[in-house]
Amino acid sequence: MRFIFKTEYDQDIRLFKHGGAKFWYGLLALALLAAPSLLDEGTRDYYLSQMGFICVYAIIGLGLMLLTGFTGQVSLGHAAFLAIGAYAEAILQARGWPFPLSIAAAFFVTGIAGIVIGLPALRVKGIYLAIATQAFGFIVEEILARWESLTNGNSGLHLKPVDFFGIAIDTEARFYYLALGLLALVLLGMVNLMRSPTGRAFVAIRDSEISAQSMGIHLAKYKTIAFALSAAITGVAGALYAHKLQFISPEQFNVLVSIQLLMIIFIGGIGSFHGAIFGAIFVIAMPEAISAAKDWLPAAIAGQPGLEPTVFGLILILVILFEPTGIYGRWLKIRTYFTLFPFYRRAMFKRQKAYMKSERLR
Amino acid sequence: MAAIMLSAEHISIRFGGLVAVNDVSFEVREGEVYTIIGPNGAGKTTIFNLISQIYPVTGGRIRFGDRDLGGLSPHRVAALGIARTFQNIELFEHATVLHNLLIGRHAHANAGLLQEIFFTPAQRRMEFAHREKVEEVIDFLDLQHYRDSLVAGLPYGVRKVVELARALCVEPTLLLLDEPSSGLNLEETDDMAFWIDDIKNDLGITVLMVEHDMNLVARVSDRVLALNYGQAMAEGTPQEVQSHPAVIEAYLGT
Repeated sequence: MRFIFKTEYDQDIRLFKHGGAKFWYGLLALALLAAPSLLDEGTRDYYLSQMGFICVYAIIGLGLMLLTGFTGQVSLGHAAFLAIGAYAEAILQARGWPFPLSIAAAFFVTGIAGIVIGLPALRVKGIYLAIATQAFGFIVEEILARWESLTNGNSGLHLKPVDFFGIAIDTEARFYYLALGLLALVLLGMVNLMRSPTGRAFVAIRDSEISAQSMGIHLAKYKTIAFALSAAITGVAGALYAHKLQFISPEQFNVLVSIQLLMIIFIGGIGSFHGAIFGAIFVIAMPEAISAAKDWLPAAIAGQPGLEPTVFGLILILVILFEPTGIYGRWLKIRTYFTLFPFYRRAMFKRQKAYMKSERLR
Repeated sequence: MAAIMLSAEHISIRFGGLVAVNDVSFEVREGEVYTIIGPNGAGKTTIFNLISQIYPVTGGRIRFGDRDLGGLSPHRVAALGIARTFQNIELFEHATVLHNLLIGRHAHANAGLLQEIFFTPAQRRMEFAHREKVEEVIDFLDLQHYRDSLVAGLPYGVRKVVELARALCVEPTLLLLDEPSSGLNLEETDDMAFWIDDIKNDLGITVLMVEHDMNLVARVSDRVLALNYGQAMAEGTPQEVQSHPAVIEAYLGT
């Protein structure tokens, strides 16, 4: 068990709370950087490709976590932001924009779309907001299919490899490094934001709008910021996603994708940075695990077409029922079990029932 | 006589056919503890919500100093120096006590988004300054032990104190306390009375309070206003109001 003796305020503010954290995260960073040379020659490209996908999904997870996990606004339209980022990148690359500029443009264009979608969020909450954002998702999908002069309609768009300051990102390893670098940037920016007044305002809005207001938090302003940043981050991920797939078309961004994106944060653990990363790993690794398991299953089950969505749905239900804090919550429990061994109690993480809230104005 | 800090002039609010507050006037003077009492449903909390601009008044006006509060957005009220607590505790439950108190500092946070995203040295210094103020409040209310606990795991009595602490972090000149002793045991109520006295005398903050516990009211209040069915019945020192025939009738019936 580690006790941290605090003698200065900076100990609560700095990124790594103690030497152990610095060591382990440092080790993780080294391992991630060295991964391309550590992996076995034959399977290297396959694993790097999967890790590249994980980085992209982790960026989306962080964007969605900002909005849903930290600010408490549900969005069923994030596939649309992903699409806007992807199409912005594809169209601008075709016009000859250099990558740093086009990805910045994807960031801003999607951010503006986020502000527009944030407007109804100022009026509606909960399930109604989910419906409003879902409707937005349908609209964007439809526009992408119909605006053929710009998006090439249902035939989709092809992308060339990224040209990053003269280096062609044409191997799996290079794309992995690019995605990893952007993930690190987004993560750092978000951690910084969450230890600042704006981040605390997001959490305040999630937990109690009325008292957030009474503390001087401008609800409309901060909800709009949350929507804009969340969308913009998802837009950046969309640009990477487009390059990863090298081909995009409207049906890649339907409502099922939005739900899959929500699964990242719900299964990973809502309300934590770790959750977004764990969730991304899960969403990428699970289909692989299912297809590997098919060899062991009886043919009648393995051959069923809807196997993967069924397993996903089942896992989502089980997570919500038995581990609402997701993989990260489970990880915390396991870690506490070992650090406190043998004094861990089952009730340690049980939350008391919230006190009755009558007269809530919300 | 001290200057008038908050004045309600003939305020009314109507929800459909129900007149929740009807033509109530009162003045809170600088440096006093002013208490509003009354049976359930008399409109006490509604007056608080009118002051914090959660509802707009349908008649009359509320002035803070020489400023009309009418038409301000709720979040602007905190910046003017009015902080409040809630009857049914509205803390940010999935955050630590420290985090909650830091949110109380929001009215004093004015950095740009970019400065926050890059967490510049200036931002770090600002965080230190907020933290210093928060620690003062933690010292004042003896919350050191709970600094890093999640609010969701705290007992009711402590939550009540955390909410008071959060309001103090706003550095208000006027503090609105909505039933500070509800749900507290005798000892905790006693502490609360001491703190309200200290808030008035040591911190020099004017307090407007809604309260049912007449012992607490008599102990800390300078003046009391009794409401019934949204109308003012009596105003004066706690003793005067307690012995006012209309008040006795409202509480005990005839």
